[in-house]
Amino acid sequence: MNCRSVIRELSSYLEGDLEVTVLAELEIHLTRCEDCRLIVDTTRKTIEIYCQAEPVPLPEDVRIRLHETLVRRLGRKPAP
Amino acid sequence: MSAAESRSLPSTIVRPDEGALVNSAKAGDLAAFEELVNRYEGRVFRLTMNITQNREDAQDATQDAFLKSYQHLDRFKGDSRFYTWLVRIAVNEALMRLRKRRPNVVSLDEPVATDEDLIPHDVQDWGPTPEQRYARTEMNSILNGAIGKLEPIFRTVFVLRDVEQISTEETAELLDISVPAVKSRLLRARLKLREQLNPYFRRSANT
Repeated sequence: MNCRSVIRELSSYLEGDLEVTVLAELEIHLTRCEDCRLIVDTTRKTIEIYCQAEPVPLPEDVRIRLHETLVRRLGRKPAP
Repeated sequence: MSAAESRSLPSTIVRPDEGALVNSAKAGDLAAFEELVNRYEGRVFRLTMNITQNREDAQDATQDAFLKSYQHLDRFKGDSRFYTWLVRIAVNEALMRLRKRRPNVVSLDEPVATDEDLIPHDVQDWGPTPEQRYARTEMNSILNGAIGKLEPIFRTVFVLRDVEQISTEETAELLDISVPAVKSRLLRARLKLREQLNPYFRRSANT
């Protein structure tokens, strides 16, 4: 397997979705190719970083508008 | 809980499980529904911002997603988490606004480029925990900036698949594109984002 094939199979590899024989070939390539190892590692981290990022609280103006609209449209009086 | 949250949280409900809240909301208890809004508004707004990259559109999409979810709560059968159900409504609201604003950009059948441009050129080690170098607000701004540089179709596929963990098949359905198209765009999105984040997370980055 060459570097181009590793890139082509990258998503399936990260998702654990490769056939056994392709997986073995890819992993042999990774033991020999530092660039591909780094690409696999940093792409995996990219996904993890996005998955783990906590959303910041809603901006206050957006929050106020959202709740006011829900209250108005859903027919409920605002809390005192 | 922040002061802002306690101000708009008239409900006396103290974090019961989600099923109970949904059942109360279905029975017309708006306080219960408002508690669900409080729990998920941040995530829904981030999702709609990621897709639309426009604050006003994201705000409208978030608002309409919650309104529609309340109005159609009877269709929620409880066989998945409420958030999972809500996300699909929010994705559709966001996509509708994105298509309206940029009808030519969200082309769903762009030609697939050759493999050549997929090979990353900038390959560097990020170290074991690159994310720990940044505080949450700074990190969010880095992540938003990187995702905002992607074409809509790439960032939308990435957000649905990798952030919201929606299956390939369902992503294809939501975006009205084929399963192979989802896979090819997801790969490109991941590689492009990796490239965008490289300057921030490589070992030699100045933080």
